Amino acid sequence: MSAVVATGVVKTFQTGSGLITALDDVSLTVERGEFVSLIGPSGCGKSTLLRLIADLDVVTSGSVEVFGKSARQARLDQDYGIAFQTAGLLPWRSVTANIELPLQLHGVDGPARRARASELIELVGLGEFATSFPEQLSGGMQQRVAIARSLAERPELLLMDEPFGALDEMTRERMQSELVRICAETGAAVIFVTHSIPEAVFLSDRVVVMSPRPGRIRDIITVALGDARGESLREETSFFTSVTRVREALHGAPGSDVGRGLDAR
Amino acid sequence: MNSTLRLRVVPPIALGVVALVAWQVLVVAADIQPYLLPAPSAIAAQLIVIAPALWSAMLATGLNALVGLVAGTVLAIVLAITASRIRFIDQLLAPIIAAIAVVPIVALAPVLTNMFGATSETPRRVIVTIVVFVPVFVNTLRGLRQVQPVQRDLLRSYAASRWQLTTTVTLPGALPYIFTGLNIASSLAVISAIVSEYFGGLQNGLGSRITSAAANSAYPRAWAYVFGAIILGLVFYSATLALGRLASRRR
Repeated sequence: MSAVVATGVVKTFQTGSGLITALDDVSLTVERGEFVSLIGPSGCGKSTLLRLIADLDVVTSGSVEVFGKSARQARLDQDYGIAFQTAGLLPWRSVTANIELPLQLHGVDGPARRARASELIELVGLGEFATSFPEQLSGGMQQRVAIARSLAERPELLLMDEPFGALDEMTRERMQSELVRICAETGAAVIFVTHSIPEAVFLSDRVVVMSPRPGRIRDIITVALGDARGESLREETSFFTSVTRVREALHGAPGSDVGRGLDAR
Repeated sequence: MNSTLRLRVVPPIALGVVALVAWQVLVVAADIQPYLLPAPSAIAAQLIVIAPALWSAMLATGLNALVGLVAGTVLAIVLAITASRIRFIDQLLAPIIAAIAVVPIVALAPVLTNMFGATSETPRRVIVTIVVFVPVFVNTLRGLRQVQPVQRDLLRSYAASRWQLTTTVTLPGALPYIFTGLNIASSLAVISAIVSEYFGGLQNGLGSRITSAAANSAYPRAWAYVFGAIILGLVFYSATLALGRLASRRR
């Protein structure tokens, strides 16, 4: 059974200027333990697709199945963890209490909550900051708290919507390496929305290249860089070959302007 | 006492003392009559004489203010939560809130005193409740609308109930706003409790004592009750301020 199966997904939004087709006939399968990135220019519907899988929005037509269930049932069963572009921490809660939030909402008792939170704080390397409050942390540290929170209930599927989008280059690369390590440790499937080609290539087993207006899947590129992805990978030829393949898929035919709005980070 | 605290506390006290001395000197030197302005020494002497009566008047007015403050605050918070959840209720309440906001208590007090009878504390408490309601409601509603979309999405992804969203995200986020409203309301509560006594009814509170002392030309005594009113207002204001600090630390 696959982690996610999207079949013929169409999503339209009614706006002031008329009906917008955010996604048009999108089909995608993500296997268990697989890391898949969604990449494309603004307005290609990659975040929309993620929100449909998370059941934060509902498909107009088509279907989304998560672990063989409807997206809604998967959300109610807490089958996935999610992290957004902004950390979305509650400013009046400490790092520990923020990570405990999903556990607390689902009735996990105090000692078990604290044990799990301290495990996760170690996992994301924030040991000294367990009792700090979000305003005392840098953007990168807040994002690590958000990732720890998304892992709190040991989900087999992680949904990440540009979680490193607001970070500086150095923090971003360090967070990517940590995410690779965390995914290897947890064995979760990941769907990762990004604007950045190198980020998508570095992290993913497969990169889904999307095009805008209406949002469609243009190409799916398999990046077979192996499991042992260290910092040195970023300088290897195989890495650059994959970056080039993704870039060409994004830009389509020469002279096309589909790739505009993307940065080369 | 450390030096920063000394810098914050000493200057206002010194200013107060200087003002009192200047007041005393002015009254004595210019031979100002007590019905115009009594000397601080005369007011202080009256404070000692009327101390037991002042205390019971402060208690009576204070209790009315407190009952009204609690009732108005609870009502305002409950209705604000309802309005923030249900759009229809929000639209229903908006014009009524605007109407309540402009009701002059001096107009309402005589009417309510007649309605409930001259031996009842109820009209005064109702007036305080109405006066307190508006700033608490308006600020609470604003606070409840501060939830960020990302926090709403997050709680939805956790399949949290609306009640869980309210208790873990919406209300804690609204707390600073609620206490802003409460700080305004606490001073208004004491003022309106005193003013509501100016229109007849029981003669047990600060407002009625001030009017009767002034009517009997006992000006230093009237001022002594005014002093009690200031103290009562400060107690209410500092209490809500302290409560707000405590709540923001504990949430």
